[in-house]
Amino acid sequence: MTERQDAKQISTEVMVELRGVHKWYGDFHVLKDINLKVFKGERIIICGPSGCGKSTLIRCMNRLEEHQRGDIIVNGVTLDNDLKGIDQVRRNIGMVFQQFNLFPHLTVLENCCLAPIWVQKKPRREAEAIALKYLERVQIANQAAKFPGQLSGGQQQRVAIARSLCMSPSIMLFDEPTSALDPEMIKEVLDVMVDLANEGMTMLCVTHEMGFAKTVADRVLFMDAGEIIEENEPHAFFDNPLSERTKLFLSQIL
Amino acid sequence: MAVYAHSPHADLPPPKSTVGVVGWLKKNLFSTPVNSALTIVALTFLCWTIPRLIEWALINADWLGTTREDCSREGACWVFVAVRIKQFLFGFYPGSEYWRVVLSFSLVGFLVAWLLIEKTPRKGFVAFLTIFVYPVIAYILFYGGAFGLPVVETHRWGGLMLTLILATIGMFCALPIGIILALGRRSSMPIAKSVSIVFIEFWRGVPLITVLFMSSVMLPIFIPEEVNIDKLLRAIIGIIFFESAYMAEVVRGGLQAIPRGQYEAAEALGLSYWKTMLFIILPQALKLVIPGIVNTFNALFMDTTLVLIIGLFDFLAVMQSAFADPKWLGFSVEGYVFVALIYWIACFSMSRYSQYLERKLHTGH
Ligand SMILES: Nc1ncnc2c1ncn2[C@@H]1O[C@H](COP(=O)(O)OP(=O)(O)OP(=O)(O)O)[C@@H](O)[C@H]1O
Ligand SMILES: [Mg+2]
Repeated sequence: MTERQDAKQISTEVMVELRGVHKWYGDFHVLKDINLKVFKGERIIICGPSGCGKSTLIRCMNRLEEHQRGDIIVNGVTLDNDLKGIDQVRRNIGMVFQQFNLFPHLTVLENCCLAPIWVQKKPRREAEAIALKYLERVQIANQAAKFPGQLSGGQQQRVAIARSLCMSPSIMLFDEPTSALDPEMIKEVLDVMVDLANEGMTMLCVTHEMGFAKTVADRVLFMDAGEIIEENEPHAFFDNPLSERTKLFLSQIL
Repeated sequence: MAVYAHSPHADLPPPKSTVGVVGWLKKNLFSTPVNSALTIVALTFLCWTIPRLIEWALINADWLGTTREDCSREGACWVFVAVRIKQFLFGFYPGSEYWRVVLSFSLVGFLVAWLLIEKTPRKGFVAFLTIFVYPVIAYILFYGGAFGLPVVETHRWGGLMLTLILATIGMFCALPIGIILALGRRSSMPIAKSVSIVFIEFWRGVPLITVLFMSSVMLPIFIPEEVNIDKLLRAIIGIIFFESAYMAEVVRGGLQAIPRGQYEAAEALGLSYWKTMLFIILPQALKLVIPGIVNTFNALFMDTTLVLIIGLFDFLAVMQSAFADPKWLGFSVEGYVFVALIYWIACFSMSRYSQYLERKLHTGH
């Protein structure tokens, strides 16, 4: 992994703000009073035990899940039932999933061009040029004509990252992007993510990859049972956890 | 610990008994005693029936002539079919206007072939012609009443031509309506959902015979006399609704097989509901259910024969009416074989095309 570029200054511009957010699945209270500000260019890692609501939290930010109480404001747009607002937010946020979720019936290039053409209304030629640029960046441009089923997991995940980048998002959400990968492929995906972080992308990433967290993160959030329990700078977080629950969790994943 | 000396091993051919004709026979026909016995029984049966069939249908058959006196030999008498072939194909359509039917079918054959064959240019434009322009042309050609073409009332349509008209219109309409119904049934909008469910369950619950019977007998009682809806049109609407309910359930099966991640990825990219369906979900879902769709198409093609109960003379009905001709009594076997052959060719072609399509659309997942 490339070394962290430390000279970076965190801007004061707020990209995502959550104020007193609650969410329930039926009777199950999955997010409890979440308050969070994400600044432009900030890299945030979210970790916590399985089922604590990490995925739910980041999925609320692009309205894949609906929250029932509190406010979520992305780039100045408050998420509610207004479809235009949701649309605007989704154009601004890219998302990468644990299971890649590439479209298996389309080639790698078509996967990347679809949204630019049909959402941003770019001409096909321009969309393809942009797609190739990003595929180049994740070092997979030579596979552009293949179908996702013909690629390895690591390659698929890099395509998924390129696909999101093609929409030129200002925020990227990652939901355990390396958990479905074999160990030897994790690095190639993390490298791409480190590059992205170094270019100043605002990132929220659910992951338990400690090395990655220490390399890129500005802050680590620890969640348990739907709450943010602890928040710290990564080295301090991993070396000197404050709460008992964090200590217990870290002792289990290390 | 052991280290194995590694010397390159030359590639050997596979053992003789696993390749070639002998290998194939061994693997597929004589792998176990039960298998061998079944193979022998089947072969005996084929040896016993096939030569007789060929003898009857081809070798000992009469091909030429105009009357039943020309049917002198032991085998089939295809003269019966040959003499009445025009009626079998066109029903009671006036002979001087046959060219209109032929032209119309040639046109649609050409358009559909253009769409189905790979690597033909401008498919979008041709699809537009097929869907929006061709139906108007076909209507004018079949029915007439414009551009100096004399009107041919629908009760004179019949034979294979009528069967093909019913089947083609049925397929063209049942698939899109079925897709809409399937999407409606899975929609989160309560009204769209309940309308689709009621529609699908109603039409699936009644036999097609009843539908056709109702459309021809009951409907005229309920609607005012001045509104005169053509009998053929009523039958077509009945067939379309009936088959689209089945199609909807086939398509729904495909929709259910698409993982939620596909919807989420599309949503996260900002694609709208309809674009998600059109570009992401339906292409995958329809590909999965090609066998089911073709199955429904085949059933639809056969089901069109039921229109004979409301007095429309489709291919089968025309054939049956020919059996009653006193000059040609006793040739129903030839007639049925001919009908079966035509239906079989049509349905077999459809399933071959669907297999080709499945192979072509396979992208390794
Ligand atoms: N659609 C749903 N309906 C009901 N309950 C759900 C739903 N999705 C998630 N949950 C529950 O909400 C809780 C939080 O789920 P979430 O997926 O956010 O956890 P997570 O922290 O991402 O866990 P993991 O590390 O296993 O991915 C879990 O207990 C889960 O069972
Ligand atoms: Mg999760």
